[in-house]
Amino acid sequence: MPKVGSVMVVGGGVAGIEATLQLANAGYKVYMVEASPSIGGRMAQLDKTFPTNDCSMCILSPKLVEVGRHKDVELLTMSKVVDITGEPGNFTVVVEKKARYIDLDKCVACGVCAEKCPVKVDDEFNQGLIKRKASYLLYPQAVPLKYLIDEEHCIYLKKKKCGACQKFCPAKAVNFEDKTENITLNVGAVVLAPGFRPFDPKEIPLYGYGSTPDIVTAMEFERILSASGPFGGHLIRPSDHKEPQKIAWIQCVGSRDINRARHSYCSSVCCMYAIKQAIVAKEHAPYDLDTAIFFMDMRTHGKGYEQCYNDSENRHKVRFIRARIHSLLPNRKEGGVMIHYADEEGLLHEEPFDMAVLSVGLEMDPGTLALAKKLGLDLTSGGFIHTDTFEPVSTNRAGIFVCGVVQGPKDIPQSVIEAGAAAQAAGSIIASERGTLIKEIQVPQERDIRGERPQVGVFVCSCGINIGGVVDVKEVAEYALTLPYVTYSTVNLYSCSQDTQNLISKTIEEKGLNRIVVAACSPKTHEPLFQETLAAAGLNKYLLEFVNIRNHDSWVHKDDPKAATDKAKDLVRMAVSKVLLLEPSSELELPLNQRALIVGGGISGISAALRFSENGFPSTIVEREGRLGGNANFLYRTKDGRDVREELQKLIDKVSKDPNIEILTNAEIKDVEGYVGNFKTKISQNGNLRTVEHGVVVIATGAREFQPKEYLYGVNPNVVTGLNFDMYMRTKPEYLKSLNQVVFIQCVGSREPQRPYCSRVCCTHTVLSALHLKELNPDMQVFVLYRDLRTYGERENLYKEAREKGVFFIRYELENKPIVEEKDGRLSVKVKDHVLQRDVLLNPDLLVLQSAIVANDVDQIAKFFKIPIDEQGFFVEAHVKLAPSSFATEGVYLAGLAHYPKPIDESIAQAGAAVANAIGLLSKGKVYASGIVAEVDQVACSGCGVCVSVCPYKAPYIEGSGRFQGKAAVNPFLCKGCGLCNASCRSNARHLKGFKDSQILAMLEAL
Amino acid sequence: MEETFEPQILAFCCKYCAYAAADLAGSMRLNYPANVKIIQVPCTGRVDVIHILKAFESGVDGVFVAGCLEGECHFLKGNLMAKRRVNQAKEILRSVGLEPERCEMFNLSSAMGVRFAEIAREMTQRIKELGPSPLRDKVKPDSLKKFLEYPIAA
Repeated sequence: MPKVGSVMVVGGGVAGIEATLQLANAGYKVYMVEASPSIGGRMAQLDKTFPTNDCSMCILSPKLVEVGRHKDVELLTMSKVVDITGEPGNFTVVVEKKARYIDLDKCVACGVCAEKCPVKVDDEFNQGLIKRKASYLLYPQAVPLKYLIDEEHCIYLKKKKCGACQKFCPAKAVNFEDKTENITLNVGAVVLAPGFRPFDPKEIPLYGYGSTPDIVTAMEFERILSASGPFGGHLIRPSDHKEPQKIAWIQCVGSRDINRARHSYCSSVCCMYAIKQAIVAKEHAPYDLDTAIFFMDMRTHGKGYEQCYNDSENRHKVRFIRARIHSLLPNRKEGGVMIHYADEEGLLHEEPFDMAVLSVGLEMDPGTLALAKKLGLDLTSGGFIHTDTFEPVSTNRAGIFVCGVVQGPKDIPQSVIEAGAAAQAAGSIIASERGTLIKEIQVPQERDIRGERPQVGVFVCSCGINIGGVVDVKEVAEYALTLPYVTYSTVNLYSCSQDTQNLISKTIEEKGLNRIVVAACSPKTHEPLFQETLAAAGLNKYLLEFVNIRNHDSWVHKDDPKAATDKAKDLVRMAVSKVLLLEPSSELELPLNQRALIVGGGISGISAALRFSENGFPSTIVEREGRLGGNANFLYRTKDGRDVREELQKLIDKVSKDPNIEILTNAEIKDVEGYVGNFKTKISQNGNLRTVEHGVVVIATGAREFQPKEYLYGVNPNVVTGLNFDMYMRTKPEYLKSLNQVVFIQCVGSREPQRPYCSRVCCTHTVLSALHLKELNPDMQVFVLYRDLRTYGERENLYKEAREKGVFFIRYELENKPIVEEKDGRLSVKVKDHVLQRDVLLNPDLLVLQSAIVANDVDQIAKFFKIPIDEQGFFVEAHVKLAPSSFATEGVYLAGLAHYPKPIDESIAQAGAAVANAIGLLSKGKVYASGIVAEVDQVACSGCGVCVSVCPYKAPYIEGSGRFQGKAAVNPFLCKGCGLCNASCRSNARHLKGFKDSQILAMLEAL
Repeated sequence: MEETFEPQILAFCCKYCAYAAADLAGSMRLNYPANVKIIQVPCTGRVDVIHILKAFESGVDGVFVAGCLEGECHFLKGNLMAKRRVNQAKEILRSVGLEPERCEMFNLSSAMGVRFAEIAREMTQRIKELGPSPLRDKVKPDSLKKFLEYPIAA
């Protein structure tokens, strides 16, 4: 069967969005199927994101808009996949598209339907904390920004009465005849990213959910905290709207619980979201809010999480109480809730709180489970879709890939990483068809407007009655005609509709307009559309000025139409004065070298090279050591029982034979010239210097095991590290089998003041090692001394298995570390057991120190590629949440331990994500600079270098030679157009196109 | 005069947070005084002291610069630079006899539509209490003529 150059992404949450954008930007047509009326998923409901407490909507909404506007993405909302048949490269997918009853092409989201609708029902986006209408918009920033009619509650659809929405809709968008239909699509691959649903705490009566409104789920609390939530971000408790003085968080609700819940796994994100919520709640409260988190193990295993945990305890004074919950009961007298719990010693306590937040876990949606079963996908014990360590995003069905929580509980960065990997994997099976189904936009030859007298056209939008109902749009248009150089102005009912767009294009051509002002809605959502309209008329798209007379005028001044009209005139006048000074700009382009350089030949680097090759791109691996494989050379087995060295050897054989991959071992980077698209890197190999030319680079420099300086390591031969232990497993199993007692100490060098991060892999490593020992000799005594056991996600099952097999786990505190001594060559370990409340003395034959993962010395690499490293020596990604595998510097990507400690599956996934990002660039064939970049008037420049020092993107530089030697210049391919250099320039020599001083001042003059 | 004084206020809003917050205030159909006008800038780091001063010269009674929350600037540190420039502008206002309170820096996220409306009201109230800017009367009614003399680009 022929291959098809399109992919279906199922799920419109953050993982689906990332996969969609990666695929669409790489040249594939994408169908995005989303069950709800708008995309955004769970992340859209969150207030802030950990560990930086970035506003969730702020970082997500540009992505939503990008998906909504992408020429190669077709959005299918209110839709679900019914069946998939066919084979990799050519699948037939049946999608059920539910009736929306509102025509997507006609609806302009004016909201009249909702205003007129008499039905009020629980607003599920706000977790039922407030009501919505039966005709509604999912949330204000929704994409697509279209209403829908909820057929379950609409009176007309049930009883053929009412119909108010249809009567009043100015756009005639309501269609009660709309029908649910099945459509059939042909795609080359499928990416499943349907996400999860929060666990329903009603299943476990002891949590008291439902007994008082003051016991809420974490999702409800997100909405309570949200500035756009039901209470406008005012922290109040639901029962009486009083400000709570004390809030408790209850961890592991529905997770790590097979007695009362159905889930043995750890949901992986709840510890961090509880910490985040506690900190944010304190910030919201203008008083001293008391917050307490009741937990079993604190699992803050991600990048920056441990520091956030420490901060919450030390700086924000969040209380952490290690406990088992007995019950939550409503406090009938004073409101709020009484929490009964047992501490670590087993003593019972009770404490009243004004509110309790249940940190509910993540679970598979039954609909998703049904689909997975229908498709014949293997599931894990927790009901998630099973994948293999070495193919972390592949299902057992070829051509169907997964990412996000459907593959196992995980946080946003890991979901985004997997999404990149899944996009790359899906693309690679149809790489030959890349670019075959994408839309080519035909734009006419651009008109040269130099020398033309300015002819400004002003288009005032009525937006149905959204603007026209308040602002006298006719008056505004008439007024515009009185302004200098305005030769045409008009009012449009809906400027964004396709026919009006065509009309505007025609008008620009017919009237010979060369500057356009559009007074309508928000440029954030609509400016790109009008830019295309200009381009379609042969006018440079940068000759547009957008005025927001809806969100910033008619909607916020509806009580004062006169003032709103005056303001609209003022804004139009300001825009006209600016537009006169706008200049055509172009997106500069440069050839793009198709080769990738990969720094580091460990598992991440090897994987990256293979991924590039699968997509037809050549690469060069630079490895400092004499052999490939990095740390994987020392590991024994993965959590799914695979022999790491065997698998590594397979990968090495594969890269070695691949004609697309060049391997340089014993090699070191000596110098780097150039930037995105055109790097020239000098590499020394065995004393020979050679230059590799490449367009992009993947940093996969890895990390290493910390060499402990405590617990008699290096003194007593029976004290070894985790990697040493793995070597024993491989080479001396008989020796290990003979041992009577083995003790593991966790967090050696991790989570300490000088290294305040969690090394993420060690708990799982130890539990796995303990199980291997029990397999060798079930009678062996195995002790694990830990601080918090962090077997996140379904790794928790290994912990459970280890306990069942008789491995002893004893917790210790940082202030009270185990004491290791040696007497006559015999080791002794003393540790205080918190359950028994007494010291325990152990005499291990072997003491294994699970030592921290520390960064390699990468200062040089960081300087060469102009990329930042953090205090711990790990590289700093472009964005903690949404861009974990790339850098702010264009063309440089990141994978593996160089980013943060992580296990093999996550490293391989990140290599895929880094490659997906790189392919988005490489597949365009050229590098393009934005039209909104800084430029330098080198005659005026004094060469002071301020621009070079202030720019976060290293775009400005000082000319080293030529006529303007010593003067500043700017690399438009690195410039992001923020204008910081422009405002910092002391010689008025730097200008940001579209926001020059003259242009801003012209607006101010016209105030 | 005081009775009918409606202060003119100009806001420089960054594209990623403050401008989006103002958009959201609209989507939420909040209400704030109509005399607050917004100029969009890619980042508050683009706002120069001269822009703030020029706004006063053009006769506005108050200016505020609104960027992302500190530490969350889309362009990493532009809002911190803006804060310094706002402080510098305040100093200049003080030195020429204007109240520095007429100029302010705010930080908000794109989800803070309510906060944006609050800021607009707060600033209006603040300027109402301060009274009209003394530079107001100095503005020529036909200031538009001035820009007609600007060299027209292209």
